Amino acid sequence: MPYTLFPLGDSAVTLDLGPVIDEHHNIRVQAIHDWLQRHGFPGILDVIVAYSSVSVFYDPAVVRASGVTGGQRTGVWVEELLVRGWEETEPGTGAALRPGPAGTPADGGARQQSGRCFRIPVCYEGVYAPDLAEVARQQHLSVPEVIGLHTAGIYRVYMIGFLPGFPYLGTVDPRLEVPRKQRPVPVAAGGVGVAGKQTGIYPLNSPGGWSIIGRTPVRLFDPATDPPVRLQTGDRVEFYPIPAEEFHRVSGFSG
Amino acid sequence: MAFSIIKPGLLDTIQDLGRHGFGNWGVNPGGAMDIYAAQVANLLVGNDQHEAVIEIHFPGPQILFEQNTLIAITGADFSPTVNDELIPRWQPVVVRKNTVLHFPSLVQGGRCYLSVHGGYCLKKWLNSYSTSLKAGVGLQLKKGDELPFNESTIYFAGLLKEQNNFEILPWRVNTEKIYQFPHEIGVIPGHEWPLLSSASRDSFTEDNYLIHPSSDRMGYQLSGAPLSLDAPVELVSSAVSFGTVQLLPEGQLIVLMADHQTTGGYPRIAHVVSAHLPKLAQLRPSDTIQFKLMDLESAEQLLVSRQKELHILQRSCMDHLNEMVC
Repeated sequence: MPYTLFPLGDSAVTLDLGPVIDEHHNIRVQAIHDWLQRHGFPGILDVIVAYSSVSVFYDPAVVRASGVTGGQRTGVWVEELLVRGWEETEPGTGAALRPGPAGTPADGGARQQSGRCFRIPVCYEGVYAPDLAEVARQQHLSVPEVIGLHTAGIYRVYMIGFLPGFPYLGTVDPRLEVPRKQRPVPVAAGGVGVAGKQTGIYPLNSPGGWSIIGRTPVRLFDPATDPPVRLQTGDRVEFYPIPAEEFHRVSGFSG
Repeated sequence: MAFSIIKPGLLDTIQDLGRHGFGNWGVNPGGAMDIYAAQVANLLVGNDQHEAVIEIHFPGPQILFEQNTLIAITGADFSPTVNDELIPRWQPVVVRKNTVLHFPSLVQGGRCYLSVHGGYCLKKWLNSYSTSLKAGVGLQLKKGDELPFNESTIYFAGLLKEQNNFEILPWRVNTEKIYQFPHEIGVIPGHEWPLLSSASRDSFTEDNYLIHPSSDRMGYQLSGAPLSLDAPVELVSSAVSFGTVQLLPEGQLIVLMADHQTTGGYPRIAHVVSAHLPKLAQLRPSDTIQFKLMDLESAEQLLVSRQKELHILQRSCMDHLNEMVC
């Protein structure tokens, strides 16, 4: 698996496995995330896992002041650290088999293959599914077929991003692959969308460019709970349909 | 110890240096747009640089001091007054109980910062005071809000002469270097920079870009001649940062600012160097910018030397303050 390393500005470095949505790539970058949790350094601010990349954010002034870089530019030193992380987490080496750290807050998910399973109810009816008929039309499917395909999948949480608690789930059945909308439109919290190979859930009211085919009453983000997000990278998600009455009954949302 | 909000401004929020470490929850760092001004505001009044400050946009709020208070205002110039008398920025000021702070006119800049000695007494969420309106955390000032401060042991009344409404303390910061050449914004090439057509690479560094009125704390939309890639590229979402310059599908640019999303899927053609983000944060819609390519080594040197200067400032402010009150 080839990788590239590049600076993301003057305060972050990315290790990237290429523009693919693939479980093996995602597991690989998670392993590096976990390795970095054990190899922190003064001035490290965050480690963000995405589909096939892991990015380390740092404060160059703090890192330099700590003396670890030996006078070289911080980014160069962090790139060397990432290469070490890559080598030591290579599948087949002992390090790769070590479990990730327990759920420290800064760990923020990305636990190696520890995926929990969630069954998430979705109402695929009426106002809760504003783009469902259009997706069916575009894909030459019936509405029940779209729902059937969407609920048949077991999806991996590849990453959380865009909004607090927004899970990027994949991959969808090829028959559900629709392009993003030209322009973002308002999406209600709980909106379940599809775009390309991905499906996802909007945890908050937000503009969004994905086609909304349903809505879940489950709150994926709540700042008052600990942790504030329900899903983490590596979790599994399945959807099951619920009628509108059920949505009303359990929904914490208005409207 | 508190002050109260007589009238809120357009957008007054509590910020600090950001909420780092929760990107994998989709929680962005947020924090002050002008990190430098926020740090200096705190240091001038003897606080740690990580204390909360109020980030103020124009029109600003009207604030009633319920106690004698040591404050500092940094960043944009909204001609701050205490009971209608102008007070300096980038300098600590003791204000008398029952006076009113007001920001009557916009002279220059995008946002200013108000610190109080001791810091605001507020709750953190995920290790930070920063307000995220989207996530529903932090605080946006409303009419009637009482904002408490942490207890102070300093007796400020002793510093107020006779009937003066305020007393300007004799130390200040020279910010000339930080904000000089305000329209010249240093950038480092991004990962997709080589994919730009050569004509687009030239125009990126030669053209002026106008900051569009729809710009906000999330990002600055830029207007200019559209840029293009040599060939379309399909990316998957990955991490972005404060200062990332993304190329949108129609060829326009957006610079991600403090409230940016944690991840994005547009080509990253450049990144604003961290040391120039304060300048950028002080520009306003309809201002123009010109990008200037820099190398990583000089970008880092700028940051490292600035941090050293801030350490020196912190020590000298503490010394001054101790001398004044002992």
